[in-house]
Amino acid sequence: MKSYTEKIKEISKGLLEEGKVDMVIGYRKGSVPLMHQPFFAQNQQEIDEFVWDSNCGLNLANYVTDRQEKIGILATGCNSRNIATHIVEGKIKREQLYIIGIPCKGMLDRHKLAAMADGPITTVEEDEEKGTVTISGDGFSETVDKTEALQQNCSICVHRNPVIYDELVADEVKEQTRDEVDPYAGVKEIEAMSPEEKWAHFDDLLSACIRCYACRNACPLCYCPLCFVDESKPQWVGKSIDPTDVRTFHFLRAYHCAGRCTDCGACVRACPVGINVRDFTKKLEKDCFELYGWEAGMSTEQRPPLDTYKPDDPEEFIK
Amino acid sequence: MKNLLEHMGIEPERLHFSWISSAESTKFVDVATKVTEAVKSLENKEKKFVKTKPKVA
Ligand code: SF4
Ligand code: SF4
Repeated sequence: MKSYTEKIKEISKGLLEEGKVDMVIGYRKGSVPLMHQPFFAQNQQEIDEFVWDSNCGLNLANYVTDRQEKIGILATGCNSRNIATHIVEGKIKREQLYIIGIPCKGMLDRHKLAAMADGPITTVEEDEEKGTVTISGDGFSETVDKTEALQQNCSICVHRNPVIYDELVADEVKEQTRDEVDPYAGVKEIEAMSPEEKWAHFDDLLSACIRCYACRNACPLCYCPLCFVDESKPQWVGKSIDPTDVRTFHFLRAYHCAGRCTDCGACVRACPVGINVRDFTKKLEKDCFELYGWEAGMSTEQRPPLDTYKPDDPEEFIK
Repeated sequence: MKNLLEHMGIEPERLHFSWISSAESTKFVDVATKVTEAVKSLENKEKKFVKTKPKVA
């Protein structure tokens, strides 16, 4: 993605030079492979550190919450939808932002690649022409098709192009349609299970959770100054890794994201033990789409369905 | 909310939502009876979302 990186640098330098923004939020090379860091560049030298490739999967909307400066920010499809959600929720003003739109082809699944590797991965190389990714480390090297190494949320994504932007770094990419990919295949698999199987599925899913809250911290929606899990007066939920406490945390966190989650996958990417937290949020995303025809962050005008009331809201569940 | 709870494996028989005004005493009795019957009818008596003893200190 050399061409993207160069273009991003060029636009960012221009913005700083003309004084249109105080900083540009992008990514620089991370301290571990497959994880580029969000980076606030405030001068030309810092801009030179910017990179763009398939390891930029953390969501930058997370970093503009309540900021006062004028900010340039990179935005893929999902990131732009989270920025739109921030604008709707009053967490940033549209006028403060210069959005550099990035037509996106998906991010690499670091958990999947780590599982494929025969040891710690030290380098990752992408061949754009061939569409392959090579991971290597001490005594091993493996090449796979990028399509097979994508994060699951990216492989089923139907909004790859940014929905709001001031300028694009490249031509829009072709969108996948809901006929080509079924965004809800994973949810349907769980839906088809019996209550016992579902219960066991989530028990198993969460068994490795260490309650580190990386998923919450990576999520742009989780911006409350004091999260319900951290409160102690009153204490809403137990703080241990007892399965009931863990499940309560995940269930409630997911519910706070209902109608707001863009399925960006930052939570899953951030999780140190590779838990697919999206098993919770994707169900809510599906329900919002089916019950309210709603997809989060598609406009800066409309408020999410759970904080509005319409006389024709579905209410079959109330007896 | 109901959907996500069911999605996680809570039986539909355990989940009931009702709107009952304070003047609707008969409706309240009716609903309470139906709820208890539905829950009792479940084969799986395992308690869910109930913490018995902490497994970790
Ligand atoms: S819950 Fe996860 S997928 Fe949804 S917006 Fe937050 S970080 Fe992204
Ligand atoms: S990031 Fe992973 S381990 Fe940490 S709290 Fe979230 S699910 Fe649990």
